[in-house]
Parts: sequence; C-alpha cells; structure tokens
Amino acid sequence: MIEFQNITKMYRVVKRQAGFGNAVKALFSREYETIHALNNVSFQVADGEIVGYIGPNGAGKSTTIKIMCGILTPDSGNCIVNGRNPWRERTAYVREIGVVFGQRSKLWWDVPIIDSFELFRDMYKIETKVYKKNLEELSTLLDLGELLKTPARNLSLGQRMRCEIAASLLHDPKVLFLDEPTIGLDAVSKIAVRKFIKKINKEHGTTVIITTHDMQDIEALTERVLLIGRGKILLDGNIEELKRRTSTEKRIDIKFVGAPPAICAGMKCQEIKQNQMRISLDPHILSVPDAIAYFAAHTGLTDISVSDISTEEMVAALYKEYDI
Amino acid sequence: MKFYLRLFTINLKSQMQYKMSFWMTSLGQFVTAFTSFFSIQFIFMQVDAVDQFTYGQVLLCFSVIMMAFSIGEALGGGLASFSYIVNSGNFDRMLIRPRNIIMQIIIPHMDLTRIGLLVQGIIVICLAIPLSGISWNIGKAILLIAMIICGTILFFCLFLIKATVSFFTIESLDFLNIFTYGARQFGRYPLSAYGPKVLWLLTFCVPLALIQYYPLLYLTDRGSSLWYFCAPFLSLIFAFPCYLFFRIGLRSYKSAGS
Repeated sequence: MIEFQNITKMYRVVKRQAGFGNAVKALFSREYETIHALNNVSFQVADGEIVGYIGPNGAGKSTTIKIMCGILTPDSGNCIVNGRNPWRERTAYVREIGVVFGQRSKLWWDVPIIDSFELFRDMYKIETKVYKKNLEELSTLLDLGELLKTPARNLSLGQRMRCEIAASLLHDPKVLFLDEPTIGLDAVSKIAVRKFIKKINKEHGTTVIITTHDMQDIEALTERVLLIGRGKILLDGNIEELKRRTSTEKRIDIKFVGAPPAICAGMKCQEIKQNQMRISLDPHILSVPDAIAYFAAHTGLTDISVSDISTEEMVAALYKEYDI
Repeated sequence: MKFYLRLFTINLKSQMQYKMSFWMTSLGQFVTAFTSFFSIQFIFMQVDAVDQFTYGQVLLCFSVIMMAFSIGEALGGGLASFSYIVNSGNFDRMLIRPRNIIMQIIIPHMDLTRIGLLVQGIIVICLAIPLSGISWNIGKAILLIAMIICGTILFFCLFLIKATVSFFTIESLDFLNIFTYGARQFGRYPLSAYGPKVLWLLTFCVPLALIQYYPLLYLTDRGSSLWYFCAPFLSLIFAFPCYLFFRIGLRSYKSAGS
C-alpha cells in the first residue's frame, strides 16, 4: 500500500540571462526562482496494482519517484509505503523496494554481472537459499545465461536493462519502481521487459509504479494511469475511460481502387495518399456501420479498418487540454 | 561486514589494475612530502627552537599530523571527491541501498596511494621519538597513539564537512581546503607558535590543538594536568556536530535531473 499525502517539493533555481555581463553580475547578486516540482500531491496505490505515471518532461514524475524511493525529502507532506516512511527509515525501507532507473545503472561497471549480483546478495543480506532460487528464476525468465559472466560495460543496452531488472528483484521487493525502463531498447527487448513485468506482478503480487514516455508500455502494462503536470495530479483513472473521455472519434483507414470517395457529413479527411485514405469519424453524426456501408457503396473498396484514437494521441490531447 | 569487505576488494582490484600508476603515485606522495620535511630542516639550521620546542619535538608534531592526515585522507578519499559523486547523480544509487551512507561513500573510494605519505610519517616518527628528549613511559606511549588515532578521526571529520557542503551548493569549494590541507600545513609546528588567538580558534572551533599542542605539553613534561592527557579524547566530541551537519545536508539533497 502506497500513500502519498499532500506532498510539496520546491526547488530554488538560479535565474541568469545569457551573456558575459550577466555572468559577472551573477557573481555578486543572484536572482532565484522557486519551482514547485510537486504542489500538494496526494494519491494512493493498492497492493498488487500496476500504475502508469505519465506527464511531459519536467512535470514532476522523477521527483515523485525519488521521494518514494527515499532519495529526496519533501518540503511538506507525508508518504507511507508498506507502513514505513521512505526518508525517515531509509535503510529499513529500501530493503523492501526495488528500483530501476532507465537512465542510470546500478551495476558495477567493471565486474561480471554475477559479481554485482553477489554484492547485492550481501548488501540486502539475502539468504543463500532464497538467492539461489531467485537467481535461477530470474535468469530463466530474462534469459540471462551467458550474460552473467560478462562485465556490465560490455553489454548492450537491452542486455544490461534485463540485468538491471533482475538485480532489483533479487531480494523479493514488495514494490517495484521503474523509471523509464524501456528507454532506448529495441522492439524485442521492450516486449520481453513488458512481459516480464506483467508476469512478476501476477505471480508475486508485486506493486509496480512505472513512469514512461512510451505509451505502448502503458497500454501493455497498466490499467490505471496518473497524469501529472506542473506539479499536480491532473487525472487518475482507467486508460480506456480516459480514451473515451478525451475523444469519441473513430479513425477509419481505407484502401481503394479508382477515384477517392467523396466525403459525407460527420467525416473529416485527415490524410490522402495514392489509393489510401484516413478519415476521422464522429459517431454521433454517422454511425460506424453506416460509414462502412457508405464506403462499400461508393468506392472500389479493397480494405477497411476502424480504430479508436491511439494512446499516444490521447495523451497529446490531454497535454494540450491541460496546457502542460 | 561481508558486504563492505567485498566492496573494498572491488576497489582494491580496480586500483591495482594499474599497478605501475599506483606505485608511482605512492612514490610521488612520499617524495613531495619531503619538501615539508626539509622546510623544517632549514628552519632549524637558523634557530634552535620554535616556541621553546626543540628540533626533535617539532619533528614529533610533524610526524603525528602527517600520519593522522594520511590515514584520514586515505579513508576519506571518497569524501574529497564527493561533490563529483553528488553532481553526477551517482549518489542516488547509494541512497536506494539498505546500508549506511557514509560507509558507502568511503569504502569504494579509499585512496590507498596515501601510503606514501604514511610511510614518510612512520620514518620521521622513528627518528623523532629518541630525538625529542622525552622520557617515555607507558602512559606517554598510549597518548602518542591516541594523538594519531584521534587526529585521523579529526581529519576525517574535516573531509566530511567539506563533503557535506556539496549538498547545499554546486560551487567550487576549494576555500574549504584551508581546514583540511591547511590544517596539515599548520600542524607541522606546535600550534602555540601562531599566537594565542589562533590557538584559541584551533582549540574550540577546529580542535586541532587537542590532538597536537596540549598532548605535546604533557609529553614534554611542560604540563602534567590530566586535561592535557585527555585532550585527544575530548577532540572526538567534534565528530557529533559533524555527523549532525551531514544528516541535515542529506535532507536537503536535491539529486540531479534525469
């Protein structure tokens, strides 16, 4: 159970104009600007949930994660995870969480992965039996095998990320924090990582908090998303609901032979290429079956597909709506 | 404990990867330290005593400070480069580990090349013990060892203060070297040589005199007060405000953007 209560975190940033004159001036007097990274933020996450945490760059995602990991101390408010306060009981607390920063490695650079893992074993005081079992399970699931003997610096990003995730799960954490875990990964690795996270959540009941800019991560993993912007939680809800809320428009892609079809009321042409067309449809004016019938009757139709707007577009629309 | 030992071995291995460089740096430390040794030699070619302390007694001072400093700096090497650890964001990953923070900072960054400095200190103290004209007994031997150990802790605390300041600012903190490297330079002579005001400062603010001047008075039989004997142990009190300062700094740690 994660409880995040009325947390506020401010940063003081030095304001300086460009140019040599201003640089000299800044030596003597400074102007500071206060930035509310988090402004009275509250939310709750139940055990075993997977929650996607989204928002544009600089919205306060990392700050939230860092507070929950015990790295940062907020200016005010309280946070309780597994019955503990992350910054007051840091050592006892971090024993029960796993953290993966996509941008930052926690493995030792020059030593083989297995050596890093053994260090983690001693660091977390994991019992030999548990360690062996977890290591075996993780290396099978994440296909580590030969990688274990290789130093971290010789691994590709995708390989290393698999090792990072394994490293953060060796001690059976109750909560797993993932900060952009799929950044820079190729399609195959991304899918492998997503599958694995889902599996761990299902089998061990691990609570997962994930921040990402990759909406496919969100779609594949989470049911609930939190949208943060300018230091505030703007939305908290189910992803399908959000989509419906943002837009009821349907998208129709058609392929045809011969002349492109004329457009009728309720449709909008978005893109037209040779023998292909993308239309957005307002189902309140013209229903989907009617639209399909219309195209079938008026065009040399070869293919048609109907879809909701993508998560990507939904999020972009949300960012626009909230002006963040 | 096992974990810290492992962490230390990794550091040792990586330092030893470049064996030549390791020994050359140690040798360099050893040789450069001679310059300060010679400066004492030259001064004593002109005068017989500094503030009534003889050549042998000044050498004793010099070697105690040298040894305390070299061990303190070898242990606190990670603290000396702490601003780099903070600014590069590497400190984040120490905070998410269930272990003591200070241990995590110092163990992987111990600078073992300081052994050069330490060796010089040992040589000089071997010279100084007979030269100082002190009538040695067990109490005095214990006091000498206490001077070195408490001095090590004091220098370590000074490095800790310097490290803590990097929580509050990302500016260059070289002026703080006055307290670390500066203290090593000052400490070569009995601190009373700098006048009563400096002595007061070095007693009550940065208690360098407690591990050097006052116990030296006891060793040379200039004072037999128990206070002088206890001075090095009293200097350990300094560690408490230092640690408190570090805890406060930790709370205002800002992390680096990602």
